[in-house]
Amino acid sequence: MLEIKNLQVRGGTKDILRGINLTVNKGEVHAIMGPNGSGKSTLARALAGHPEIEVTGGTVTYNGKDLLELSPEDRAREGVFMAFQYPVEIPGVNNAYFLKAAINAQRKYRGLPELDAMEFMALVKEKAKILHLDPSLMSRPVNEGFSGGEKKRNEIFQMAVLEPKLAVLDETDSGLDIDALKAVAEGVNEMRSPERAIVVITHYQRLLNYIEPDVVHVLQDGRIVRSGGKDLALHLEEKGYGWIEAEPQLM
Amino acid sequence: MAQLVEQEKQVSPRLAHYLAEYRRSLEQAAPQPRWVALARESAIAQFEGLGFPTTKIEQWRFTSVEPIAERTFALAAGSAAQAAPLAQPLSNPIAHGVCVNGRFAPQLSSNLDKLPKGVQVIGLEAALVSQPSLVEPYLAKLSLTQTSAFTSLNTAFLRDGVVVVIPAHVVVEQPIEITFASISEGSGSVSHPRLLIVAGEASQATVLERHVGQGAAFTNAVAEVWLGASAVVDHYKLQEEAAEAFHIAGMFLHAARGGTFSSHSLTFGGRLVRNDVIATLDGEGIDCTLNGLYVGRGTQLIDNHTTIDHAKPHCGSHEVYKGILGDQSRAVFNGKIIVRPDAQKTDAKQTNKALLLSDEANINSKPELEIFANDVKCTHGAAIGQLDDAAMFYLRSRGLGVAESRAMLVHAFAGDILNRVKIEPVRTYLEGILTARLPHVE
Repeated sequence: MLEIKNLQVRGGTKDILRGINLTVNKGEVHAIMGPNGSGKSTLARALAGHPEIEVTGGTVTYNGKDLLELSPEDRAREGVFMAFQYPVEIPGVNNAYFLKAAINAQRKYRGLPELDAMEFMALVKEKAKILHLDPSLMSRPVNEGFSGGEKKRNEIFQMAVLEPKLAVLDETDSGLDIDALKAVAEGVNEMRSPERAIVVITHYQRLLNYIEPDVVHVLQDGRIVRSGGKDLALHLEEKGYGWIEAEPQLM
Repeated sequence: MAQLVEQEKQVSPRLAHYLAEYRRSLEQAAPQPRWVALARESAIAQFEGLGFPTTKIEQWRFTSVEPIAERTFALAAGSAAQAAPLAQPLSNPIAHGVCVNGRFAPQLSSNLDKLPKGVQVIGLEAALVSQPSLVEPYLAKLSLTQTSAFTSLNTAFLRDGVVVVIPAHVVVEQPIEITFASISEGSGSVSHPRLLIVAGEASQATVLERHVGQGAAFTNAVAEVWLGASAVVDHYKLQEEAAEAFHIAGMFLHAARGGTFSSHSLTFGGRLVRNDVIATLDGEGIDCTLNGLYVGRGTQLIDNHTTIDHAKPHCGSHEVYKGILGDQSRAVFNGKIIVRPDAQKTDAKQTNKALLLSDEANINSKPELEIFANDVKCTHGAAIGQLDDAAMFYLRSRGLGVAESRAMLVHAFAGDILNRVKIEPVRTYLEGILTARLPHVE
């Protein structure tokens, strides 16, 4: 589904990603771990098409398409979703209105009929129930005045409504208390499907207690320095990121 | 020396044109009551004395009226038939009065006879003939005290317009709509529309004043609003004249004890636009709200000057003006609040926000507080910014296109002003034109 080859990204005068190689197949959950400043969020933003990300080399192929050629909105319409590390507050734009416009923009692109207000509300109710989300959030402006936990849950809620093919979660666990973390993990687990790929970017192993990854990658200094099964995350938790540097992986 | 004196007496050709037009209009018009003739005479003298304002005058520092001053606008005659398609009512009004190039057009107006007892929407010229005593205490009484060349010019050409009278204790629930159509004639013509609203004690009404037009017409409008004690008036001024039009407007409010007035100034059209709102809160316990929304694109210049004069204690004023500026458009906002020595317990709040959608758009925003009382609450704030890049990316990352995302954020910016528009068909209409007129973004 997603094939990243030798991806390089520059930020200012610094090379942030220095040749990322990653293949994610549908149905898989990948965790990308790494210390602060390793380039985790840059990778997520590069996949979502953030305008400030300058790709200087490499390719990203998504379902046979050159993902880097697509605008952010076309990536979303093709089924790519990024849960933001810092969801943006948008005063004056109602959450339900925004989400209805978003889902219909995506449906239109895919040649599907747009949802009317009734159909949309039915969908929202169903998804809110699964995520134990307070439905009154829907009538509030997008993320405005939301607590940290509410913002992250709203991201997962949007993901549930938009039903992407590839979901990238950028440090969705950061700043969450244990209840919010469980709720977020539960939402993600609900989304696991043989047709969907999920990339979970995190600093801590904690989230992976609740979302069991198929593959774990360690990102360091702009490169994936190690990949392995879920045990890799446990090793990291135990020994810290320094352990990787001390023991270069045998290729 | 004698030669110099001679020169000083000479009137500049620009002013001479209007003086000649003034004399011509006197010959043409039907005889008017003497007090009208006197008001006109003093107004033309005032105009001659003031001349067109220059940017050396503080209130005109950022707005050059040279494009108006350099042109020779003939006094428009106005053909009602031509204006008919423009002058359709918008608000599902109880009655609709229409003025074409400043002249009342009964044939385009509708339901004027369906108004509740005592409520009148009539042509000013007719009113001066049939019931001069009704208008005499109010007409030109507010505007003549102002030293504005354009207001003086309007009064100098005072002939016709619309008079709205709400008698004491009468409540008119549906809006009264007045359309002013300015149709340019020849190479450009001027009209001086006039609106007089008299709301009696404890009366209530909503008045929509809408300006539409065609071509490079110069509309020099004056509205006077007399708010009786405990009266409630909602006033909407929706200006959507042609892109080449010149629009200068003064609105003068005199509010009495316990009155509630809200103004919604909604500016979309025109090449050079200046709105002056001058509100005098001349009684205790008055509540005055000024809402404004202006949308500029191309090379439009939109200038809003407001003055709220707190003359008596215990009055509140709430002012929020918001601008959306694209392309090379420019805007000026100047909000003056005067608190007289007497006006203790004044509560005044003023906000001006502008959203610049292009690097070349700009605004000059200035609060002006003159406070002479010591127990008052006055706040003001201005914020000028661009569309939030982070919000744009967030919306796009969910599948919304650039244009759609931009429209969503612009509507959100304008939302609190639009939400205060209580006439539903007008609010819906505004949402539509906001989208349609959304300035381009590079």
